[in-house]
Amino acid sequence: MTEKLDITLNINGRDHAIRVEARKTLVDAIRDDCGQTGTHIGCEHGICGACTVILDDQAVRACLMFAVQAQGKRIRTVEGLADGDKLHPLQAAFIKHHGLQCGFCTPGFLMLAVNVLEREPDIGDEELLDVLASNLCRCTGYQNIITAVRAAADEMRRAGAPA
Amino acid sequence: MTHAYPTPPRAADRKVLGHPVPRIEDRPLVTGHGLYAGDVSFPHQLHMRMVRSSHAHARMVAIDASAARAHPGVVAVWTIDDIADLPPIDFRDPSAAALKPYRQPLLARGRVRYVGDPVAAVFAEDAYVAEDAAELVHLEVEPLAALMDAHELGEFDTGRATEPTVIRHSFGDIDAAFANAHTIVELDLTAGRHSGVPMETRGAIGRYDAARDVLELHGAAKVPHRNKETLVRMLERSPHGIHLFEGHTGGGFGIRGELYPEDVLVLLAAMRLGRPVKWIEDRREHLIAANHSRHQHHHVRAAVDAHGRLLGITDEFFHDQGAYVRTHGARVVGRTMSMLTGPYKVGAYRAVGHFRLTNKTPAATYRAPGRYEGTFVRERLTDAIAQKLGIDGIELRRRNLIAGAEMPYTVAFDEPGAEELILDSGDFPALLDKALAHFKWNDVLADVKRRRAAGEAVGAGMAMFVEESGRGPADGAQISVDSDGAVEIVTGGASVGQGFATAMAQICAEALGVDYAGIRVVHGRTDRIAYGIGAHAARATVMTGGAVNATALALRAKALEYAAELLQTPAAMLDIVDGVVRRRAAQGGPSITLSEIAARVKPGAELLQGRAPGLSAEAWFHSDHTVFPYGAQFAVVRVDRDTGQVTVERVMIAYEVGRAVNPMMLDGQLVGGAIQGVGGALLEEFTYDENGEPLAVTFADYLMPTLRDAPPVDVLITEDFPSPRNPLGLKGGGEGGINAVGAVIAGAIDDAIGLPGAVTQLPVTPQRIRELLRRGGR
Repeated sequence: MTEKLDITLNINGRDHAIRVEARKTLVDAIRDDCGQTGTHIGCEHGICGACTVILDDQAVRACLMFAVQAQGKRIRTVEGLADGDKLHPLQAAFIKHHGLQCGFCTPGFLMLAVNVLEREPDIGDEELLDVLASNLCRCTGYQNIITAVRAAADEMRRAGAPA
Repeated sequence: MTHAYPTPPRAADRKVLGHPVPRIEDRPLVTGHGLYAGDVSFPHQLHMRMVRSSHAHARMVAIDASAARAHPGVVAVWTIDDIADLPPIDFRDPSAAALKPYRQPLLARGRVRYVGDPVAAVFAEDAYVAEDAAELVHLEVEPLAALMDAHELGEFDTGRATEPTVIRHSFGDIDAAFANAHTIVELDLTAGRHSGVPMETRGAIGRYDAARDVLELHGAAKVPHRNKETLVRMLERSPHGIHLFEGHTGGGFGIRGELYPEDVLVLLAAMRLGRPVKWIEDRREHLIAANHSRHQHHHVRAAVDAHGRLLGITDEFFHDQGAYVRTHGARVVGRTMSMLTGPYKVGAYRAVGHFRLTNKTPAATYRAPGRYEGTFVRERLTDAIAQKLGIDGIELRRRNLIAGAEMPYTVAFDEPGAEELILDSGDFPALLDKALAHFKWNDVLADVKRRRAAGEAVGAGMAMFVEESGRGPADGAQISVDSDGAVEIVTGGASVGQGFATAMAQICAEALGVDYAGIRVVHGRTDRIAYGIGAHAARATVMTGGAVNATALALRAKALEYAAELLQTPAAMLDIVDGVVRRRAAQGGPSITLSEIAARVKPGAELLQGRAPGLSAEAWFHSDHTVFPYGAQFAVVRVDRDTGQVTVERVMIAYEVGRAVNPMMLDGQLVGGAIQGVGGALLEEFTYDENGEPLAVTFADYLMPTLRDAPPVDVLITEDFPSPRNPLGLKGGGEGGINAVGAVIAGAIDDAIGLPGAVTQLPVTPQRIRELLRRGGR
């Protein structure tokens, strides 16, 4: 069990060569071995979604995967959302619409919302709410998260629309 | 009597205080640069894993830790024998001596008393290894019967009952009230066991800096300074030799940041093992080890006259504390009974609270402690009186509300030492009227009636409530301007995610005359300021905010004094705008920035002329009395008769806050609190089987509201009665949103299923709804 494997995780375009046990979860590897602590651990049983990251083009719960399973895939975390000083529209919208209080669930919600809006920019509101209902927040009562995601979706659609 | 301050300006007459400006804490949080407990690591650190009891109640015969100690990577395994010199977790405030024998030891001693009781601590090189080794620790026990009902009295130890204390609060002639009653209404009510359950579990990182002989606890929250005081007592260290550090906190809600065994263990281990020690709680542990709350059984009776006026209330209740008495002592029992009469004028009152131990996870405060429970009881009672006398519920409440002209209104108790409440200001009937008009309550009721006639099980409920906030006695703050003109505020406050830094920055910016967005706010750092109380009981904005205001005004006076000398202009003619001192009402003319002044008052500067160097100030705010925000809350629910599912369609809250520092953040507190309350009303419950085995140990069993369970919440914030007890007129906003949710949802469900008084227990799960419908023949 304690035998360690050499793997490389690609996080936000950067390779991290790490040495981990086969049983190490992806979220632990991202945080402890790659030093990217923006991804949080809320329940370790796949319900709260605080550890949501994007793996290739899929939002996944990094507590439900082993790090070795993510080798060779492109991992995106909250640290990769902003472009230098320029915040991603979702990050800016969460601030503007007070979509966070303690901020612990926020990276998970951001990655969940980024993924769905990139994949389905024209997603209907009910479907969007269904997706967002897969993560837990204990502070906001969700209203401002919904407002922020809707506002960012509008902005991303406008930015993505042909001129 | 506390000093009465004049009415403060409204937001329209202020630049930043009172405005819904964005939070200064958000940028690091949305970019992944927060510093939560789990993000704190030190080189060469060990990882701690707790071994917890899987028995609810048993006599400990032996612990065999030999296999765990031999496991590769394990550095130490401790049981109580290894730390027998340490006292149990102490109370934060002086508590009755009778409670002391019931405190929780750092590790179980003699008996295990709940599933989750820490039995041993494993220290290893790696968190995974520590967990492996913890499984190798074998606890041999003789099982004892588990006491699972707070109505039953058992034995804690030989000769010591499971009732550490009984608390009584009373006033008026209760016997006469009942003797003269036109009608007596009697209810048995239960608030279910649930808790704050923040998204971040607990965490503690202990580090001993031998070079400076300083012991450090990282991952602190809520009350770092108060916890330091307790640790100083428990560890017998000098206050200068121990410091607590609060980073970001992933939600508090009362339960996080209290002092728990694990916090003390990482400190002890850091000293004794000579390496930093990190402990991060997992979610199962959190649900069985962090404080539970709320669980009370009430037997309440009201004596009313023919008009429904409250002549007297008696309430005997049983508080299910769980296995030990934790840091708050019996405070929740006391607050439940002192706040129970809430906004109503009651002729006589007698409350008896039985503080009872059971073999469950210990309990303490959760957001609006004692008020969520008490409001549920009081407003269920009010609904029942209205029903029995055939009076409209709102009319009945109106007849009993304390009138605006009666403010300030004192609720004093006969018992020596029972803290009196002096409701500082307000007009409850006026807020009720405003709320009814704002939410178009008659239209809501008409719509409910129409839908019900069409066959839907839909109903409405309402409640009035009083909150308490701003507990003193004092807070201090230090503010300084550096040579760059940047402002730093050092407080003894704490941030549990509520926007503390932004609120302090707004208050400082308004008083000093600088941009709030660039201000740094220090909180939860005992090495930066010696005194602090932290963030609980909706006190931070009121009390720490009061200190920041006083300090910013002192700093402003100092800056103006220097500027007057430098600009050769009387200080009274100067103003500070965006960090620049210039003449009032004059464009152009001489000016000087705060950074320039700071540079001119360095040590040795000519300008000082004997005055202390530095552009900085320190001031204090004192308050003898808490302040009392209040509100009215409403809900509309729909019940699915087949499944028992309750859907909350709308929640409305009207809340009098005196003055809001940031209406956007206050709205966030009220809405967030309301949705947490929905969880406690409908979903969340720590259930146990008859042997004391906890049944809610994952988020699949302990159900918290998701976005699909969260109704829209309409908020009406009123600022009609600024508190006379602080210069900014503030009343706290952290707990009001949750206070009445259990009460209004219970009332709305009754209404929806057409069975008045049916709901007597929270949470109202689908199973319980089905049972109510069966019994009611619906």
